[in-house]
Amino acid sequence: MYEKPLPIIDPDSAPYWSATQQHKLVIPRCLDCGKHHFYPRALCPHCHSDKLEWTEISGRGTVYSYIVANRPAGPAFKADIPYVVAVIDLAEGPRMMSNIVIDDPSKVKIGDAVQVCFEDVTPEITLPKFKLV
Amino acid sequence: MSKRKAVIVGVADAPLKDGMIPGGASPLAVQARCAKDALAEAGLTLKDVDGLLVAGMWGNPGPGMLPTVTLSEYLGIRPRFSDGTNIGGSAFELHVGHAALAIEQGLCDVALITYGSTQKSEKSRNLAGRPAVLTMQYETPWGMPTPVGGYALAARRHMHEYGTTPEQLASVAVATRKWAQLNPAATMRAPLTVEDVLKSTAIADPLHLLDCCLVTDGGGAIVMTNEERARDLKAKPVHILGFGEGQTHWTIAAMPDLARLTAAEEAGKRAFAMAGVKHKDIDVAEFYDSFTITALLTLEALGFCERGEGGAFFASGRTAPGGDFPLNTNGGGLSCLHPGMYGIFLLIEAVRQLRGECGDRQVKDAKIALCHGTGGTLSSGATCILAKD
Ligand SMILES: [Zn+2]
Repeated sequence: MYEKPLPIIDPDSAPYWSATQQHKLVIPRCLDCGKHHFYPRALCPHCHSDKLEWTEISGRGTVYSYIVANRPAGPAFKADIPYVVAVIDLAEGPRMMSNIVIDDPSKVKIGDAVQVCFEDVTPEITLPKFKLV
Repeated sequence: MSKRKAVIVGVADAPLKDGMIPGGASPLAVQARCAKDALAEAGLTLKDVDGLLVAGMWGNPGPGMLPTVTLSEYLGIRPRFSDGTNIGGSAFELHVGHAALAIEQGLCDVALITYGSTQKSEKSRNLAGRPAVLTMQYETPWGMPTPVGGYALAARRHMHEYGTTPEQLASVAVATRKWAQLNPAATMRAPLTVEDVLKSTAIADPLHLLDCCLVTDGGGAIVMTNEERARDLKAKPVHILGFGEGQTHWTIAAMPDLARLTAAEEAGKRAFAMAGVKHKDIDVAEFYDSFTITALLTLEALGFCERGEGGAFFASGRTAPGGDFPLNTNGGGLSCLHPGMYGIFLLIEAVRQLRGECGDRQVKDAKIALCHGTGGTLSSGATCILAKD
């Protein structure tokens, strides 16, 4: 049984999480200023337009920063230590927090290229994670 | 409209033993006792209080959701001005600013700011992350240790951009411990070396256990009134020259620049502009030091050194006792106390320094002090510049 915290899906986030279930990364793009944003909002945080469309993105990015957790964020993560939590600069612009899936965390560096992968953690929830490419 | 200048006329904090309130107390009782002590210092009583400003983490969900209402009831007062704004540990610097505005406008005559926490006694500190609702659904599922993880992301990025080293970060904790050794009320007073910090577990690499603040109980109160009323009181007033606030993000992925504390840059600029003083005029500084990186980013953001120079600044010992930039003179959140929201203790220490009450750790001729609080995960900042009478 999966014991780690799961996202509590709400109407704003439902399209995002339903896309990850299909192993797709789909985030809002603004039809007025053209910029993507993440996490999904009702208004574009760049120009405040409400003309938004859900857009599939490449899943490519680079490591903006990361930590190696040697103490877990609660008991459910204990078996995973050491694990990597990173902020990824997505190729399309926004930043996203995720894990970098890797056996040896010492191999990760800022600026490394990464590609999304998907982990089906429950029948309802699929988490996007990243691997070095 | 009459412009009546606000001043601080009383401060108090709860005595701790081994980081805990001796004999135990609820967070409400802690605040009530501190309020009474701070008012007594000024020569006032709770009957004089007509403004109440409160921020805390107690009683949530529950009575803590309406903290000023709950505390008014508990204290048996009916404030005509209240502010329960919570922007994290920096809330109290913001409260001093907001209380000053209210006093100047005549919305209240005696403002009381309080804080209380019994997190250590209750063993309620938890690193398991925040409930994965709303914006946190994009953070909590990945096992980010909170709050240290966000600060470690900033430390890593600062190291990458500027070559800041773990040794330099450790020197923040070492300098702060030296101040704590001069403060009998500080929780951690044993000698500390850079090697000690680097040998401690890298709980969220690159940050070590000893890069992190303490986990203690704590309580504090601040009493403010107008200059005219202060003339009749027994305490020497401390003047508020300027204040400013700023906020940028809550989820760490939305921080504009991990290597740059934008909230402090904005708050600091506003406070300096209002105060009309220069950096060289600051005799003593109190910065929020939830982690070593917090103090380093604050030093750079407030403009006391260039961006990227903070590591060398701390490693040179300038912030330690005897240095030319006395910082966190009570021993800070790293060595004195950290009950979850530390910002009120920055102000209490600054007021005591300006009144010349600090014994072995007293900064000679301290006339102007700067306090800067940081809240959330490098999310918010508020600055107060204070002056002795
Ligand atoms: Zn837009």
